[in-house]
This record gives sequence, structure tokens and C-alpha cells, in this order.
Amino acid sequence: MQKPPRPLPEATPETKEFWDGMKRHELRIQRCEDCSQHYFYPRPFCPICHSRNVEWRTASGKGKLHTYVIAHRGHPAFDAPYVIAMVELDEGAKMMTNIVGVTDPTPDRLPVDAPVEIVYEDVNDQVTLPKFKLV
Amino acid sequence: MPDSTALRHKVAIVGAAETDTVGNLPTHSTLMLHAESAYNALADAGLQMSDIDGVATAGISPAQLTEYLGIMPRWVDGTSVGGGSFLIHVGHAVAAIAAGYANTVLITHGESGRSRIGAGGGAPARQSTGGQFEAPYGVAGPPTMFSIPIARHMKVFGTTEEQLAAVSVATRAWAVKNPRAMMRDPITVEDVLNSRMIAWPLHLLNCCLVTDGGGALILVSEERARDFPQKPVWVLGRGESTMHQGIAQMIDFTEWTAAAKVTGPDAFRMAGVGHKDIDHAMFYDAFSHTPMYSLEALGFVKPGESGPYFAEMHTAPGGDFPVNTNGGGLSYTHTGMYGMFAIQESVAQLRGVAADRQVPGVETGIVHAPGGMFSATATLILGNR
Repeated sequence: MQKPPRPLPEATPETKEFWDGMKRHELRIQRCEDCSQHYFYPRPFCPICHSRNVEWRTASGKGKLHTYVIAHRGHPAFDAPYVIAMVELDEGAKMMTNIVGVTDPTPDRLPVDAPVEIVYEDVNDQVTLPKFKLV
Repeated sequence: MPDSTALRHKVAIVGAAETDTVGNLPTHSTLMLHAESAYNALADAGLQMSDIDGVATAGISPAQLTEYLGIMPRWVDGTSVGGGSFLIHVGHAVAAIAAGYANTVLITHGESGRSRIGAGGGAPARQSTGGQFEAPYGVAGPPTMFSIPIARHMKVFGTTEEQLAAVSVATRAWAVKNPRAMMRDPITVEDVLNSRMIAWPLHLLNCCLVTDGGGALILVSEERARDFPQKPVWVLGRGESTMHQGIAQMIDFTEWTAAAKVTGPDAFRMAGVGHKDIDHAMFYDAFSHTPMYSLEALGFVKPGESGPYFAEMHTAPGGDFPVNTNGGGLSYTHTGMYGMFAIQESVAQLRGVAADRQVPGVETGIVHAPGGMFSATATLILGNR
């Protein structure tokens, strides 16, 4: 049976910088200049202190595996089992991603809080997705 | 701090009913499930459709509902934030009736979750926040989203797969006593752990059912509440909140923050009762961990203690804190927006009509539900005195 197409994102005005950054293999996220916290996903104000004084920064792409599931019955466009994870970036923001490079993923191979690093997956000319691998 | 204590015990549920049967109903469209629930609740209250002057529903628009039922209410609420929406409607109906916006409020739920007849749904738009920041990673419905916090809870508190399984075991033991339940064979922790892996740490028996069904409620003021055939079930307290849409935006993956900070405290304060007064609890169980997060966030146990608590079978038949006595979303029925069924069971227990699963001496019950993936939160405290 043919796989359905993968669900892919489409940028909006306030997220364009993030998705454009992905194409350049840069992790562009926002930081609040008033409370000094990074946050994700992008929006033109800080969701933590609600200041509108926010700046784009290039993040390190390093972080920790915060929590995850191993999808055995998941999206038909994906080869199960695969790992859907929340990564906490060293800068503090959390983002959803996939942990790649773990063949036959099991909980013992994926300790919570394990260090991870970004891998850029160029899906097509329009879309690059941030994935992460264990380091 | 807002104060709603003046509305404690001012409005009662005087009609409560589900569809004739629940489970697999290819005979019913979504709208038919709403209507059958509404007619059954009207019969329960001894009322006619023409008596209804306030309507609330979720999943479909109140406009769709009133068109189908052929009524023109003077108060409507279409708050639709997932399975807990009906608890929120109850809270809103209390205020509406107290304000004089309506006298007789009908709240309906109907969902063809299994047969998908006239059902909505579909993938999120590519430009939505979910379409941009969750869907590209292969989330595929609640089992791969609602489950994401659990590994963090396991890491921080030492929660185990066996403890998660115990929630399903205790809930199934109640379903054994409910002839309407879809799953009625007793199960063990081993059965849960040996069932097919869906999204680690969730096995099949950690996941709710997918069914067809509906339910409806009718609420009136304190002045009228004693004039109906059924014993009134009073709304003592309510709380509601929304905090995020996607699971990726959950504030703290180890706690249900809106329940701990807003809906639980608001409901207890309005009701003027304490935890020791609660005789019976309905904690929406989309998955085994959902009631665990409820128990902790509402303050019945400390953070991290829900795993051992469920493993000790306090919540099972014969235990000292009965939870999900209809068999829950895990074993009774789960249409998609299960919150209506949690309210129905609380009402049945408070009326004393829950047959073989009746908990003796229930006077005060709590109903607590998420909408979406811990996204919306709602709490009700109900009583029969």
C-alpha cells in the first residue's frame, strides 16, 4: 500500500524566520529582552511575561531529551516504531521533534534527560525540519 | 480573587440520561445521538422539548443542534474545547440560570466516534500551530500526543508501567459490574503489559475505547428543582480553564497545572467542601495516566504519589476512594468527548441508582476532565443534600 504524504508545515508571518532559518540550517528562536527567557513556538511577544520586546536569536541546537513516546501505531506516513519527543534546548525553550538515529527504539536506549543535538532534515526545497539525535 | 460562592447549591441537575445504548451504533448519525440523549433526559425530568429555553453543546454548533431539534432558546453556549466541554457548560448554565437568562437548560452530547456517521475531524491545517510544530513529527491522534508527558513523570517520580496498568485493572473491575460497559472481562496487570504496544509507555489496555453514544442533562433553579420526578443533584462548585492547544505547549509535563492552580481550587472554594468530603470521583480516563494526573493536581495525593495509590487499589470496588465506577473511558464507553458520561455517572451515584456499582452513602462527588491533551480543564463538585 502506498504511503500517504507526510504532514508538512507551512509558515505564517510570525513563524517565517524560524522556517527560513531551518532552510539555512540555523535554529532561529526568540528571546524576551525583558525577562531573558527563550520560548518556542515563535510569536511577536513573550508568552511568559507578555512583553513585546523580543528578539530573534540563533540557538545552539543542543539540548536534553525532556520526554517522549515511542509510536508503534502512529502516522501512516512514518515507519514505526519512531520517537516523538520534546527536547528542552540549552537556551530553555522546549520543542517537539523526532529523535533519529536510534534503530529499534526502546526506553533503555532513550534515557530521559539524555543530551541531544539538532540534525537538519531537508524534506524538499521548501521545508527543512529540526530533528535531534542522541550525542 | 473572584468569588462564586453565592451560586453554590443554586442550580440542580433534574434530568440526566444517555442514549438507549452505547457502544457500536451504526444505526445513528451524530445528530441522532444528540437528539436521542435530549429526549431521554426530557423524559427523565418529565419535560417537553418546548420547555427548553437554554441550550449548550460541543462538537457541533448549538445552531446545528437547535435547527435539528426545532427549538429557539434564549441562551446558548457553544464552548467546544474537547471532552470536558460539558462540565464547563454545567458551570455556565449555573450562572445563566441564576442571572435569569434561561430557566431550563439542556446540555447535549452525541458522537459517532466508532461508526463515524456525520462526524467531523481531520488533519490540522498546515499553517496552524499544530500543523507547523506537531504534525510534521508524526503525531497521530491522542495516543501519540496525550502520552508524551508520561515518560517525564516516570523519570521524576519513578512511576512505572505496572502502576499505569493498575489504573486500567481497577477501572475494569468497575466495568464488570456495569452491564452497559463494552469491556466486562476482568483483567490483570500482566494482561495490560502483554497487550499490544500503541505508543510506549501505553499498551492497548492503557487506552480508552472508541465508541458511539451520547448523553444529555437538564438544569433548573433551586426554586424549581424539587418539583421534578428525580432527586435533584446540586451543582456545588465548578472550575474551568484552558492553557494550551497542543501537547508540546504543556507548561510542566509532570503536572496538570491548570487543575492544580485554577479549576480544583475554584471548585472546592465555591463548593465549600474539603477533600475528605468527596465520596466518589469521576476522573476522565482517556488513558491510564489521565486519572493519575487528576488525583495529584486536585490534591487528593501529593505529586508523584498517584502511581502507588492506584497500584494499592484504593479506587477499585471495595476500595476507600471509588473512582470511575461506570468503568470509565477505558472500559465503559468513550465516544471522543467522554466528559458527558463522567457527569452522568456522578449523577447516577448521587441519585443512588447505580445498581450493582452503587457506592453506599454517596453525598458529594467530583467530576474532573480535560479537553484535548490536558489542554482545557474542568472540575465540578456535585451533591445530593
